[in-house]
Formats: sequence, C-alpha cells, structure tokens
Amino acid sequence: MAPKITAEELKQEMLKKYPAKVARKREKQILANQHVGEFEGRPTVPAIAVNSRTIPGILSMRGCAYAGCKGVVLGPTRDIVHIVHGPIGCSYYAWLTRRNQTRPERLTDPNFMTYCFSTDMQEEDIIYGGEKKLRKAIEEAIAIFKPRALDIFSTCPVGLIGDDVHAVAREMEAKYPGVNIFAFSCEGYKGVSQSAGHHIANNKVFTDVVGLGDTRKPGKFRMNLLGEYNIGGDSFELERIFDKCGLTLQATFSGNSTYEEFASSHTVDLNLVMCHRSINYMAEMMEKKYGIPWFKVNFIGAAATAKSLRHIAAYYDDEELTARVEAVIAEEMPAVEAAQALHRPATEGKTAVLFLGGSRAHHYQELFKELGMETVSAGYEFAHRDDYEGRHVLPTIKVDADSRNIEELEVHPDPGLYREPLSPEAKTALKAKGILMNGYEGLMPDMAEGALIIDDLNHHEAEVLIDKLKPALFCAGIKEKYVIQKSGVPMKQLHNYDYSGPYAGFQGAVNFYREIDRMVNATPFTLTKAPWQESPELNAAYAWVG
Amino acid sequence: MLLRHTPAAPAVDREALTINPAKTCQPIGAMYAALGVHNCMPHSHGSQGCCSYHRSMLTRHYKEPVMAATSCFTEGASVFGGQANLLEALGNIFTIYAPDVVAVHTTCLSETIGDDLKQMTAKAIESGKVPPGKTVLLANTPSYVGSHVTGFSTMVKGMVDGLAASAAPHKLDVINIIPGYVEPSDMEEIKRLASALGVRTIVFPDTSGVLNGPMTGKFRMYPAGGVTVEQLRAAGDSRATLALGPMASSAAAKALDIKCHVPCEILELPIGLSATDKFIDALRRVAGVSVPESINRERGQLLDVMTDMHQYTAGRKVALAGDPDHLVALVDFLVSMDMQPIHIVSGTPGKKTLERMRPSLDKLGRPVNVKIPGDLYQLHQWIKQEAVDLIIGGTHCKYFARDEDTPLLRFGFPILDRVGHQYFPSVGYKGGLRLLEKILDLLMDRQDRDAPEEKFELVM
Repeated sequence: MAPKITAEELKQEMLKKYPAKVARKREKQILANQHVGEFEGRPTVPAIAVNSRTIPGILSMRGCAYAGCKGVVLGPTRDIVHIVHGPIGCSYYAWLTRRNQTRPERLTDPNFMTYCFSTDMQEEDIIYGGEKKLRKAIEEAIAIFKPRALDIFSTCPVGLIGDDVHAVAREMEAKYPGVNIFAFSCEGYKGVSQSAGHHIANNKVFTDVVGLGDTRKPGKFRMNLLGEYNIGGDSFELERIFDKCGLTLQATFSGNSTYEEFASSHTVDLNLVMCHRSINYMAEMMEKKYGIPWFKVNFIGAAATAKSLRHIAAYYDDEELTARVEAVIAEEMPAVEAAQALHRPATEGKTAVLFLGGSRAHHYQELFKELGMETVSAGYEFAHRDDYEGRHVLPTIKVDADSRNIEELEVHPDPGLYREPLSPEAKTALKAKGILMNGYEGLMPDMAEGALIIDDLNHHEAEVLIDKLKPALFCAGIKEKYVIQKSGVPMKQLHNYDYSGPYAGFQGAVNFYREIDRMVNATPFTLTKAPWQESPELNAAYAWVG
Repeated sequence: MLLRHTPAAPAVDREALTINPAKTCQPIGAMYAALGVHNCMPHSHGSQGCCSYHRSMLTRHYKEPVMAATSCFTEGASVFGGQANLLEALGNIFTIYAPDVVAVHTTCLSETIGDDLKQMTAKAIESGKVPPGKTVLLANTPSYVGSHVTGFSTMVKGMVDGLAASAAPHKLDVINIIPGYVEPSDMEEIKRLASALGVRTIVFPDTSGVLNGPMTGKFRMYPAGGVTVEQLRAAGDSRATLALGPMASSAAAKALDIKCHVPCEILELPIGLSATDKFIDALRRVAGVSVPESINRERGQLLDVMTDMHQYTAGRKVALAGDPDHLVALVDFLVSMDMQPIHIVSGTPGKKTLERMRPSLDKLGRPVNVKIPGDLYQLHQWIKQEAVDLIIGGTHCKYFARDEDTPLLRFGFPILDRVGHQYFPSVGYKGGLRLLEKILDLLMDRQDRDAPEEKFELVM
C-alpha cells in the first residue's frame, strides 16, 4: 500500500524544491480540493489561479496557440486545404500526429488530411516578407487540389515580420471567387497555451464559414456536436449512436467533418458541447447570432453517454424520441454491463491520476468510476477557471494581458435568422430535468474533497506524484508517456489514446475497460527485477560439493 | 486511397508550396544532439510550442523520455526580447533539475527578433543564474534555415565552441569520432568497432544509453549515456578527428581543428560495405593500429550475404527519401548490390548532396530522378510515373507505399510506427547485414505474396 499522505502534504513536497518565485506561483495553482459552499445545489470550490503564463525553464506539458488552432480545432476537417505559413517545422509536427480519423463518403470525395502544406519560409522570406510566397503557394494549392475552402495558419515569425495574411486571403479570394479563403493569426507566442489558439480558431470559423451554406441534413431533431475531434474514431461511435436514436448530426466541430457541414451548421435547433474548453466560444456566438441553445454533454463513460442521450430526449420533449433513446440504451447496455462484470474485478480499488487538456481530465473520471477506480489527483494543461470551478464563475474571472490579446468578438442577432431563445421558464423547466442550459459544472465540484488538483502539471510535480501516491495508472500525453513508464507505472495517453480507441459512447466504454484492465495488470511491469537483483546476497549454503 | 489527390503528372510546377515535406526544422536536430551530452538539459529559446513539438516527435521516434526545457515566450517577450525569459529559465533549470550542462538552441521566433544568445548567457553567468562549474552550450538554429540535419550539426559545433580545449602539452593517443546524425544504436556500434580495433575514442554526441535506455523501474532524468563535459574538454587534446557524414559532422570537426589544431578527416557515414571499409581504414591509419581478424570476419559475413542473395537484389528499383548523409551512403550501398536507386528526394537543401551521390549514380547507366530540396509529394509522383520494388524512407512514406502497394523499408528520421532503430544499428558491417536482411525480407515476402501457386518456392 502507498503510504498515506494528505493532499496538502503532497503539495508542500512539490513546492519545497522550487525557487521562491516559482513556489509562490505554483502555490496558487495546486490545491487540495475542498467543497466550501453551495451554489444552486452544487458544491462550490476555492478559486484556482489558472490560465496564466508557463514558467520559463519548467518542463510543462503545454503547447502553443498554433497547436490549438491548427492542430486541434481545424486539423480534423478533411476538405479544407490547410496551408501553414512559416518555416517547415510547424506544419510538419501537426501532420497526422493527432489521430483525428476521417471517413469521406465516396472515393471521389476530397480528403486532404493526409497532406501537409507549408510555405517552408526561408531566410529571404523572413527578411523581405513572405506574402509573395504565400500568394504563390495558394495559387499552386488551388491549381492542384481544387478545394472549396483554403485556410492559412500564421506561425511565430509571420506575426513578427508583419505579413498580412488576412489581406492575402482577401486578395486571393477575389481572384478565386469559388474558394473560401481565410486566415488565422495563431502565432505560437499568442496567449499562454493552446487555449488561445482554440479561441482564435472559433472566432474565424464563426465569422468566415458558419452561416454561408444551406445544406441541411434531413431529420426532425437536428443538432451540432461541438468539441469532439474524432480521436481514435470517437465521432464514428457517436454518429452510430445518434443515427440509431434518430438524431440528425448536422455538423461536428470538428471530428470527421467537412467544410459544408460547418457552413450549414447554423441551421440546427440545438448545440451539444462536448469539450467545453476548446469550443464554448462557438456555442455562445451561435446562440447570440442565431438563437441556438446549447448545453454540455459528456459521451465518455457508458452511464454518462446514457445520461447525455436522455438529456437530449428530454430537451426535445418528444415521446417517440424518448422511447427510441430508451430502447437504444436498453439495447447497448447489456454488452457494457457484461464488460464491466468481466473487467471490474481486476481494476476495482485501483487509483488513477489524470492530467489532460481542458476537458478529458474531467470526462474520463466517469470511465474510471465505472471500473471502480478512484481519480486521486487531476488537473488540466490549458484550462481556465470555469473548467475547474464551473461556468458560473465566468463573471469573476480577471482578464489578464495575455488573454486580452485574444479578440473577443462582438456578436449581434442575425436579423433574418435569429430565433427566439429559450425563455427563463423553459430553462427552469429543463433544469428540473437535470439539463443545465449554457452551463458547465467544472472538475472540482465533481471530485472528492482531499483530491489534489494541479493545473499545468510539470515534470517535477509528476515525479513527486508517482513517488508519493504510487498510482496504478497515470494518464497524460506523449511527452510524459515513457517518463512515467520508466518509473514502473503504466501510462495511458489520453490525448491520442495510445493508437487505440474509440473510447466514447457505449462501444468505446467497452474498449476502455479492456484497455485499462490490460494496462494495470500488465505482466511486463512485474518483471523489472532480475533474479540476482531480487536476492543479491549469495546463500552461504551454496557451496561446491564434489 | 490515402493520397487520392496525387496525380502522376504535376498540375503545375510548384515553386512556393511544399507538400508532404522530407525534412523538418533545425531546432529538433539541435535538441537531439544535446541529448547526447551526459547530464545535459536541452533548452529551446522560443515559444513553448516548439519545445513541445520537438519533445513529442523525438519521443514518438525513440519511445523514450525526452527531457528539454523552454523559454516560454509570450507576446511580450516577442516584443521586448527574450533575455528575461532565458535568465529565469536558466535559474530554474539549474535549481530544479540540476544538470551539468544546459544546451540552448534558438528558434525562428528568437532569431527573427534578434536575440543575442552570447550576450544573454554572459548576463546569466554574471547574475549568478548559472552556478559555478556549470556549462551553457549555444547553437543558433533558426527554423527558416537548413533542416533538422543542419540544426544537429550546429549544436555539435556548439559543443566544440563551448568546451573543447587543448590542455595537454602533447596530443594524446585518443581519436575523436563525430558519428553524425545517426541512431543511439549506431553510436554504440561505432564505439564497439573502435574498441575492437583497440582505439581509444571520444565519441560526441553520443545518445546511446540516453535514448535507448533500459527499463529498471526507476526514471533517471539524466541516464547513464552521453559524452561527458570532461570528454568534450579533452577532445581538444586528441590526435585526430573522424567526422562521419559531412553535413552533420564536418562543421564541428573543422571548428575543432581551428580551435585546438586537431586534424580531421571527413568521411561518408559508414552505412554499407564500402563506406564501412573507408571508416575502418581511416581509423586504422589515424590511430596507427591494425585491423583485427574479428572485423575481417564481420566484413566477410556481410559480403557473403551480398553475394549469396544477389539474385534478389540485382536490378531492383528503389525510391528513397531522407537526409543527405544517409542518402549518399545508402545509394552507394544499394548500387554495390546492383540495385537501382532511381527516385531520390531530400528536403534538406545543399548543392553538394547530388555531387556526392554522382559517382554511385553514374554506375547505373540510366537517368535518375533527384530533387534536392524536394518533398514526398514529388517522390510519390515519380513512383506513379515509374514504379519501384522498394521504398526507403521515414514513416510518412507509408501512405504512398500503401497506395502504390510497394514495400517500405523504414530508415532515418522519423520512424513513428516501428521499433528497432534504437537498438539495432545500421552502420558498420553488422548494420549493413541488418539492412540487407530487412531489404531481403521485404522483397522476398512480396515475391511470396505475389507468386502464382505453381511458382511458390520452398527454398529461396
């Protein structure tokens, strides 16, 4: 058994190695979880100081705004040509590395996801400006690939040398009226993490794509799924379930998606928000402009999936839909329960720690609960206070200089398309059914008191966690993978799923149970010591008898 | 089709757009080189995304911990310069992670704003951010110049600039070997060959024991491997330097000659029989030793398989994508087995690469497609124009290898979907044998798969 150590002791253990300035900062970013009060029936928690600058020299897990914009939000869309304007590396590293799967309907449908496009800026482009090369690159891309849409991603030097990517986009669009061309100022130095890039991506897709199309997928219940990126095929599983339930998925932002789906996404009656952090801006802007209501869902975990489906049915308040959703749940659950019965005895009582992006550290606790595993410490890589504490704290968040640099769009109702929003009475009625409109409840209220919450976990803190907590499983990303495993602790990548998945929905849950059972009971981890290392002392009784 | 938009003939001649690159940027090469120094923390002076991407990519390639820090530039630092960030970073790194060395490389961001690393490091030392006895190595590696290979080269030169010194009254009986941009397994093999000849060496950088470490149940931030600070200092007292792979290693070798008067010989990478011959011969000459029988035996074994299996290699067409030093040696090896490397691209610019391949290619007596700098899109188009029996390159090639139903030998950087390169060398005679075994497996598996039943062979 791991020695019992309180969250506060663990925190002090982490801080004691730091220089004073680092300790002062980290002190506010590491908290022993407490439920200090109540807000609308939910526990409230202490404020955590997050979404602030990464400390130079600290081995953080974080990436940059470009990674959030190109890699996360836009990357999964298959029929937009994504040109990265900059030196070669930025485009190269974001080339197929996030495992966003995609499935064009026909062999003749465009799919650019396997292609990596770059202006490969050279020294002379930095000195004399890169706009000329960018224009030429766009012309070449259009001649070869004939896309409906083309977007441009700015990397660090582009902003510094003052290339006007937006002017180039407008100019080229005038030259090629059949192609929607738009650009993102998502230089890597913007903001403090990937989060800045999500916001930049949301803004531009909203202003330059959403609302331009009118290709409505038929159906009585038409929705978008926001913040689901089809890692390891998650979107495929959700598409299967929605289809079975008779729900029409107009667009997913942005797993397995197309340009036309984005362009026509304003035609739905409801937005479902999966990854609140990366896409809540889009939900909010679509509500302001088109009056589309939204609520938060979670399809990670079989129980969570069933709950989210029931919320959708309850929202539409349609008898036939409700019956169909119940039938689907009844049909799917036996396989899930059988898998739980098979794997839970092997996982029950074990512990996990989760340090992931901006939603998964919360979502995946559902799956671990279903395996009888407790999440003893968790945190996000690039979240904001609302992701930790709940969306109701938004008005109290102080906007610092780094966040202020990311544009907050002013959105007004569209005179032709705006529909009346839900009345406060309707929202109250939905709340009685358990549906929190425009809400998100946060990670900390959902976690046990005394769990250690760590924002922007770094290498040193991870080492302390392993040493003191000895979790059965550590969940984070690729950079952490082998660091943790070298320590003898199995490490599950939950950004890319260790080249496995899907884990969403019902079938995903079954995959996950099997996977976690495999990992926490993996034989190779028990073979660390050679026989002579197990008992290095030679036995005196062993002697030559001749 | 995975690459459904790649036609055999180009729609336009591209001048500005790179599609599916066959190179990446300088800083990752600098980071890789720095990992070959013992007790060293590589440091990326730029925005945190660069460091994150480089660590991720190297981790995927090696399936090993890759530790490196970053200056975490924000918009403010990009405007006012990165000095405050670098100083804070150095202070934190030495306090929290206690390395002997921090190896700083720049990025396009810090280079574009003109950060002066030398001045900033002097400031860091002056202000006590660098504890006494600790070392900071420097490399200017803007991403808009060269490629990962030149970034590697620059950091290796940075090791010479920062540490090498001539302290002994006479040159010592030690040979420096700069192994080039090769795998940890290759560096280990180079050391084994030198030790078989009885030559004392300083090999730098040396990622063996760092990026192919054992699983012991205990994580070590600084694994056992890597060239030490003492060795790097002593490199100035060695009798000679052998630089393997001109693009990756000659800058450091020449700098060492200028700085400490250690004469250098620049060779191609010892991949394949003839290139290994040249390496062993040079080592024998500069160290004044004779080649032991064990090496003759290894050589003979490689040659034995080359002759025994010649019917399966002769005339086979190959497409290659990779780094210049790798390509020059590989092409020579393939041609020595009467194979035909007919389509060749490297993303790394450099006029000399083709010249270096020319003697081998001229032996083919047929036209060959070479584009430097070129990209994988170009290579795929050529393969559509004239099919090949084998593709040699990194993992990104698997997409067109599958589309064209052509076997792929994974070689070079990056290999993201297979293991082995960390542990089994490609250099030396043993490495040549391993490469040849892999080539034969691929070609002969394909023959077995495609043979009509009546022509399916038991003995091959």
